[in-house]
Amino acid sequence: MMGPELERLVMLLAKLPGFGPRSARRAALSLLQKREVLMRPLADALLAAAEAIRPCSVCGNLDTTDPCGLCADARRDRATICVVETVGDLWALERAHAHKGLYHVLGGTLSALAGQRPEDLSVEPLLRRAASGEVREVILATSATVDGQTTAHYLAGRLRDTGVAVTRLAHGVPVGGELGYLDDGTLTAALASRRPA
Amino acid sequence: MEGWEDEAIVLAVRAHGEGHALASVLSREHGHWRGHVRGGQGKAGRGVWQPGNRLAMRWSARLADQLGHFTGELEDAAAARALDDAGALALLSSACAVAEGALHEHEAHPLAYGGLAALMDRIGEGDALAPDYVRWEVALLAELGYGLDLSVCAVTGQPDDLAFVSPRTGRAVSRGAAGPWLDRLLPLPPFLLGNAAIAPGDVAAGLRLTAHFLGRDVFGLRNLPLPPARLRLADRFS
Repeated sequence: MMGPELERLVMLLAKLPGFGPRSARRAALSLLQKREVLMRPLADALLAAAEAIRPCSVCGNLDTTDPCGLCADARRDRATICVVETVGDLWALERAHAHKGLYHVLGGTLSALAGQRPEDLSVEPLLRRAASGEVREVILATSATVDGQTTAHYLAGRLRDTGVAVTRLAHGVPVGGELGYLDDGTLTAALASRRPA
Repeated sequence: MEGWEDEAIVLAVRAHGEGHALASVLSREHGHWRGHVRGGQGKAGRGVWQPGNRLAMRWSARLADQLGHFTGELEDAAAARALDDAGALALLSSACAVAEGALHEHEAHPLAYGGLAALMDRIGEGDALAPDYVRWEVALLAELGYGLDLSVCAVTGQPDDLAFVSPRTGRAVSRGAAGPWLDRLLPLPPFLLGNAAIAPGDVAAGLRLTAHFLGRDVFGLRNLPLPPARLRLADRFS
């Protein structure tokens, strides 16, 4: 039997990615057992984050400053913009230290089923940034799915008039991947994207 | 326990929960079907459950009227062949969206399936496949009971010089008989009458023709607009 406060805590935790009702109960119990060292600091951190973190008005990244730390960083290559679907994708690229330029978060992909239209995505701000004169290349880093690549082709068409170079991520064999273990789709895409050795 | 095994093409996939999906497929013998796919949006499943891919599919449910579950093994990765080509991707997305919206569930449509499978087999040809795509939409209209009559002129009864289609009846009209109705008739591209060479503008005319009847007789009857993917395909050729 749980009181209403605990029940509410479990219900909210269960809404987090990777959590179900059972894992939420375990997490709630763990928090309660570490009330001072974990639960209160976590509550403070959640409150502070909810108050301070906002989407960057330039790229759509989440940060406590606007423009965000990445957009304000003078050491980054301002001539290259990498377009990603979500902030999670931006974080993945930053984790890999793969891109030294700026980013632009679209906020999703074109999708007939989900009802996502071009006007629902951050397309116009991207076009304005690309046409600013400072940008030389836009890298389309959308996912290798039908929706992701439909979005990439749509953006490539819209960016054509700006005169900037538009490139896309390659599709193919992952680092450490053995051909025998790859799925047919990846093998097909890898063969289609082959390049001179 | 209810179930079937069949060859099927994925038409649409919607994320369900964190790693699962709700899929809509067109199977050879069982027609348009929906089901839950465990892990369909996960690391391994996401590449398999893409629109256009052909799978060896199994559907199972405790009762026949339940949503049920799909499991599938990839047989042909059409989506992967289309990813790099904007034309191929536009055709694939449009074909899947039109089939998904036009075909009723749990009704076998072997001709629509055969035509779609043939398109997906050749999806790598990109824009060159567009005339065959238009022919598939004409065949789809016929299979749904809204076939165009392109055999003879609706006015003269003669099979010669057919150049237009009546937007009301779907019957062909010859150039000579078009007369006062010319501005109201839909142009009939010659490639729909046989193996005529494709002239510039023919594909756009074919897409306008089928869009009119799909919009009015198939999607319109359900108060639905044409799918956005179909509109984007028409824009591409307009």
